[in-house]
Amino acid sequence: MTQSTYPTTWRRPPQIITDRRWRIGLQLGILVYLIAATSTVDVDWNRVSIGLERGQRFIMGFLQPDFTSRWSDIHRGLIESLTMTLTSTVVGVLISVPIGIGAARNLAPPWIYLACRAIIAVSRSLQEVIIAIFLVAMFGFGPFAGFLTLSFATIGFLAKLLADDIEEIDEAQAEAVRATGASWSQLVNYAVQPQVMPRLIGLSLYRLDINFRESAVIGIVGAGGIGATLNTAIDRYEYDSAGAILLIIIVIVMVAEYGSSYLRKFLQ
Amino acid sequence: MSEVSHYSQTWSHRTSRGRLLMWVGWVALVALFVWCWQLMTENTIWAFVWDAPRQAADIGGRMMPPRLSYLPELLVPMWDTLNIATLGTIAGVIMAVPVAFLAARNTTPSARFLRPIALFIIVASRSINSLIWALLLVAIIGPGILAGIVAIALRSIGFVGKLLYEAIEETDAKQIEAIEATGASPTQVLNYGIVPQIMPAFWGISVFRWDINIRESTILGLVGAGGIGLKLQASLNVLAWPQVTVILILILLTVIVSEWVSAKVRKAII
Amino acid sequence: MLRLEGLSKTYKTGDAALTNVSLEIPKGQFVGLIGPSGAGKSTLIRCINRLVEPTSGKVLLGEVDLAQIGKSDLRRQRRRIGMIFQEYALVERLTVMENVLSGRLGYVPFWRSFLRRYPGADVARAFQLLDRVGLMHQADKRADALSGGQRQRVGIARALAQEPELLLVDEPTASLDPKTSRQIMRLLTEICEERGLPAIVNIHDVPLAQQFMQRIVGLRAGQVVFDGPPAELSETVLTTIYGEEDWHAMRQGDEEQKSAEADARDRMAALAR
Repeated sequence: MTQSTYPTTWRRPPQIITDRRWRIGLQLGILVYLIAATSTVDVDWNRVSIGLERGQRFIMGFLQPDFTSRWSDIHRGLIESLTMTLTSTVVGVLISVPIGIGAARNLAPPWIYLACRAIIAVSRSLQEVIIAIFLVAMFGFGPFAGFLTLSFATIGFLAKLLADDIEEIDEAQAEAVRATGASWSQLVNYAVQPQVMPRLIGLSLYRLDINFRESAVIGIVGAGGIGATLNTAIDRYEYDSAGAILLIIIVIVMVAEYGSSYLRKFLQ
Repeated sequence: MSEVSHYSQTWSHRTSRGRLLMWVGWVALVALFVWCWQLMTENTIWAFVWDAPRQAADIGGRMMPPRLSYLPELLVPMWDTLNIATLGTIAGVIMAVPVAFLAARNTTPSARFLRPIALFIIVASRSINSLIWALLLVAIIGPGILAGIVAIALRSIGFVGKLLYEAIEETDAKQIEAIEATGASPTQVLNYGIVPQIMPAFWGISVFRWDINIRESTILGLVGAGGIGLKLQASLNVLAWPQVTVILILILLTVIVSEWVSAKVRKAII
Repeated sequence: MLRLEGLSKTYKTGDAALTNVSLEIPKGQFVGLIGPSGAGKSTLIRCINRLVEPTSGKVLLGEVDLAQIGKSDLRRQRRRIGMIFQEYALVERLTVMENVLSGRLGYVPFWRSFLRRYPGADVARAFQLLDRVGLMHQADKRADALSGGQRQRVGIARALAQEPELLLVDEPTASLDPKTSRQIMRLLTEICEERGLPAIVNIHDVPLAQQFMQRIVGLRAGQVVFDGPPAELSETVLTTIYGEEDWHAMRQGDEEQKSAEADARDRMAALAR
């Protein structure tokens, strides 16, 4: 009897957009977009069915990789990729430290701040591959152009995170050091460095990992490394060699990930 | 007193050993760097490198002024690029969700068997850049937008899967326990205890990946997977530098807009 | 009626949280469980609905031995036991109503719970319970928008939505201020009286326990060291329960709570397997 006085239905109220018209409008908009977008995908099913056979061969190649017949190419590409990764990370880190400090609002004067932030913005918004195209045009084919590309990309990545970190440091500690009459460089050394150093090391290791993965890509546009070898293998339909290269990349990335997490623990 | 000095001795001994290790580490790093540098530059033709500033000036000169009349031709490829990124993200997210649940320690149905497989899918997808996926897919299913979408989707699985499974592992065990205590079935526990907790992370990750995918999909055309990259490739092939400038400006603008949208949406969710 | 016979629990770490606990709780009795941190209060309560798996012993709810039954039976039996948690354990991102309705999860098929289409009687009952705990108008709010006292009321409504035969209450007032604590305790006692519900209340606040409980069980190092009415809770008895000095400084950073949760997590992984 008392039960009958309570409503017997309940609908969950919408959480984000409470206005009904807006919600329906948005849902319709998404639906229209999805229809419009999928209609632009024209699939040549004949081509796909031919391709499926190739896909099968690729999967077989991946399961039975062929390391031997192109080993000298793979070896050279791998050496290029690995050396490129290491040198570009080291150089990138070295350059991004001053730029990162310059891009921190609490440490740098406004004009330096703006200049450094501009460098970071350019580096971050351009794809590595596009940068690589230009650098290859300027410096010629080979790993040197790749090295420059990765260094440049590293600067955008690291300097941004470093600058954001420095802007978030504990002001009280900086204040305390400043109160002792420390100069600007002493301030950086005593108040900023200890606070951001662990993260800088962690980010550098992370970037090492990213740079290796990217080094496999920029070879496609002529900047050396394992990507060039991979590109050739796929062009020649040598899927077993391509599978071998992909497996090598995956294993190296896995090892790098485990290694860097171990190293980070060790350094702390 | 003697007690104290005893302790301080052990401590200083340790630090000096630590410091020694640090020095050895740094020296080894420098040596490694020098060695790598030599290996890498073995075949570098330095004449080209010294010539680079002149080349840069030359290319820069050719790129100016941008050929703005080329812009209308770019609108359809740009629309394709947007679609590749968006549809690819949606497909990738849909595939990443089950992988994430299989990979998270607290939701995996089998920690011995399925979890390693899920983790391998994540690592494999993450290690291989979308451009390489595109290269493979163009060879397999032919050039076009579809190859681009699938490439973006395959690359997104690893990224979304990894971040999502970390979010699942960080859910509050108490809320899940409370749902269990009501006598709910495992699917109901998932639906009521876990899903509401990871929803903000889910949307944040998806939008973040979409933003990255816009950037990535601009270059997929270089290997034939559709979008604005096709135009970039065509213009580079005929050395039409003023057109390249227009394309780059358009890409830059798109990237900035998508980053802004993604930042807005993520802020609205959190 | 609930009867525990020789209940023991040893954690994987080797800590014996409970040794040979036997208790009988008749219908309608409101029992307070007191004891220092690590005495096994949390473990005892969780062994009853097997959020923690007991090592040995019997948990008899009516005729059923909860310690023996399989997974799907356990889910059916858990419906009979409502649980109220320390720090509420509401699903924070769901609405108040969804949290209350989640008490019905053991009764409804998956599709109903997924679409939030609960049977009319369940919805009406949920509203009635919300009205009873004084939150009729908060039904559409998200749980994390409520104050601590309000959240605990939702927790109570959720437990009651199960139409339980027994209430397990784990530190219901641990994160509430003294006034709200008393309100929540009063609400709990009233509700149990109305329904003739037996309840086991884990509580660290001795005066609060004395004020509200009909019977008090003192636990020390996993063993029952006191069982009687609150009036018999003398200074000497408290010393046997809490030891000489430390019966004011306790609870926070509860190690036992943590190991119970870790155990629950492990078991959940095992359940999913």
